[in-house]
Amino acid sequence: MSNVIEIEHMNKFYGQFQALSDINMTVEQGEVVVILGPSGSGKSTLIRCINLLEAYQDGDVRVADQRVENGPKLAGIRCEVGMVFQNFNLYPHLTVLANVALAPVRVRGMSRRDAQVRARALLEKVGMAAHADKYPSQLSGGQQQRVAIARTMAMEPRVILFDEPTSALDPEMVGEVLDVMQSLARSGVTMIVVTHEMGFARKVADRVIFMENGRIIEQNNPQDFFTAPQEPRTQAFLQAILHH
Amino acid sequence: MELLDTFFNWDVFVDAFPLMLRGLGVTVLLGVVSIILGLVGGLLLAMLRLYGYAPIRWFSRAYIDVMRSIPLLVLLVLIYYALPFVGIRLSSFAAAAAALSLVSCAYSAEIFRSGIEAIPRGQFEASASQGMSFFNTMRDVILPQAMRIVMPPMTSNCISVMKDTALASVVAMPDLLKQATQAQALSANPTPLVGAAVMYLLLLLPMVQLVSWVERRNAAGGKRA
Repeated sequence: MSNVIEIEHMNKFYGQFQALSDINMTVEQGEVVVILGPSGSGKSTLIRCINLLEAYQDGDVRVADQRVENGPKLAGIRCEVGMVFQNFNLYPHLTVLANVALAPVRVRGMSRRDAQVRARALLEKVGMAAHADKYPSQLSGGQQQRVAIARTMAMEPRVILFDEPTSALDPEMVGEVLDVMQSLARSGVTMIVVTHEMGFARKVADRVIFMENGRIIEQNNPQDFFTAPQEPRTQAFLQAILHH
Repeated sequence: MELLDTFFNWDVFVDAFPLMLRGLGVTVLLGVVSIILGLVGGLLLAMLRLYGYAPIRWFSRAYIDVMRSIPLLVLLVLIYYALPFVGIRLSSFAAAAAALSLVSCAYSAEIFRSGIEAIPRGQFEASASQGMSFFNTMRDVILPQAMRIVMPPMTSNCISVMKDTALASVVAMPDLLKQATQAQALSANPTPLVGAAVMYLLLLLPMVQLVSWVERRNAAGGKRA
């Protein structure tokens, strides 16, 4: 199996504060990795280092054997690493269809017509084809996030990073977004998901990573992770989350 | 009746009208040229001020501050009467256009900057995460949104530039005001000045009303964002 992402001895600081300590992890092609942990444990920071929205200071982050660093290759690497944000970050001045078709035209050099055909197909996949000509502000949060997922897929990245994709949603809309993500996972898309949705982690993840205080504490397959956590801190976290 | 004859003398007005119309043409041309140069230069300056290397940022900032501090009339007189001493001799039109656009681009730059800074970080991040270049991010994502925000203050700035073209009459440019003062001197009657004032109003009132209209529309449609 080939590794899409390799992280070795990575450290990240905000001034004096160490946000991430000695992170080591790999993600294989087709794998779905869910990162769990309390707020402020560095989960989002970690995945934002993978596409260099946050800079890291030591160690290596590699995507498809290319080191992620500032320079002429960065844009090319970012094409291979899609990201879905907590607040969707759709382009508010563009229609849903144009949101999805923009980057393939500008970055991949696709013709406008091809990009729009593809965009429609992707919107179909996430159940948003009927809204193709609306603007993001006319959609609910769940609908916006589904469009954002289609926009990310349009670049055909090797891996998609999900940064708390359901945290900004009203509870009744969480399900529709998780359904889309689950069908993506089934179709073999490589995913790293930062979330608080335990059900999703249990059902969909191939591997669960638990973080606290900027460190990876434990990782395991979901079955063992949830039923037989090894580390006391993991046990305490699961205790607090699962039995309230 | 004497009042009418003095300020609204029809014969004097008809005599002066052709020259004043030509003056209005010069005024509009000067205004349009200065506005366009000011907008283009302002956008460029805003980019340098926000995203240039440190010395360039510093220089842009200094330029903007200086140009916003110096009185336009002083700058115009400097360009027209002082530069010839170092061998730079500009026509009155070129001198006026230079002074107007040099100052206007400083104001435009600050307006553009405020608009760009009002765009949420997430927009830059979404675009960057898709591998979009700086140029594409600006053209397709940031500037279209920023333009909508800066439309009212930018239109106000354009109105100021159009009004300030009247200063060009100081360097003997045959604009509307200059033509009117000459006609007034010739006929010994102030009717041409009143006529000029009315023509300025006819030119600028619609622009002022456009600003209020855009502002009202933005306020109504402000939910989309």
